[in-house]
Amino acid sequence: MIHAKMKGLGLVCGLCLLGGCVNVNAPSDKIVIELNINIQQEVIYRLAADVEDNIDANPDIF
Amino acid sequence: MMKRTKLMLTIAGGAIGLALANPAAAMFQRDPAYEQARANGQVGERMDGFLGVVGNQPQAIVDLVSDINIRRRANYTERARSQNATIDAYALTQGCLLIARTQPGEKYQAPDGSWKTRTSAPPERDSRCPPM
Repeated sequence: MIHAKMKGLGLVCGLCLLGGCVNVNAPSDKIVIELNINIQQEVIYRLAADVEDNIDANPDIF
Repeated sequence: MMKRTKLMLTIAGGAIGLALANPAAAMFQRDPAYEQARANGQVGERMDGFLGVVGNQPQAIVDLVSDINIRRRANYTERARSQNATIDAYALTQGCLLIARTQPGEKYQAPDGSWKTRTSAPPERDSRCPPM
């Protein structure tokens, strides 16, 4: 019984070596990863008031 | 009488305190060389919140620009942190407002990357910029 199981396992492994059980093909299309690096308008609107204060407080560098 | 004197002293103390609290930086204005370079159109406001050298300029102008940009970067880093924003987002917002504040004759960078001379008309700015 155990022997039969081992045989089966051996067969599966053999198939793995021969054909490759898991075949992963790289897609032909370009993979585009969209990182969230876009600066959103809402962020700019939120920061505007602090930026106004900053410009007024540091006239030597602006 | 005593109460009144105390009150007066408190008011006087408050006024002195306010005067001292006013940051020293606010008392400094633009360096005359920087002011002149702006008026001459040798430097301009970039979209990204930093100062740019317009065309080929003497080394003194290039140095002036990099000095101001180092100080701007330090300032943006600190302000962005207090606002929980990225430095780039803070700097871009600065660019919007600094371009909006340019005076006629000064240079600024348009969204296509080219240098423009500010006129009395509103400047060309990034579409994300808040209204002037």
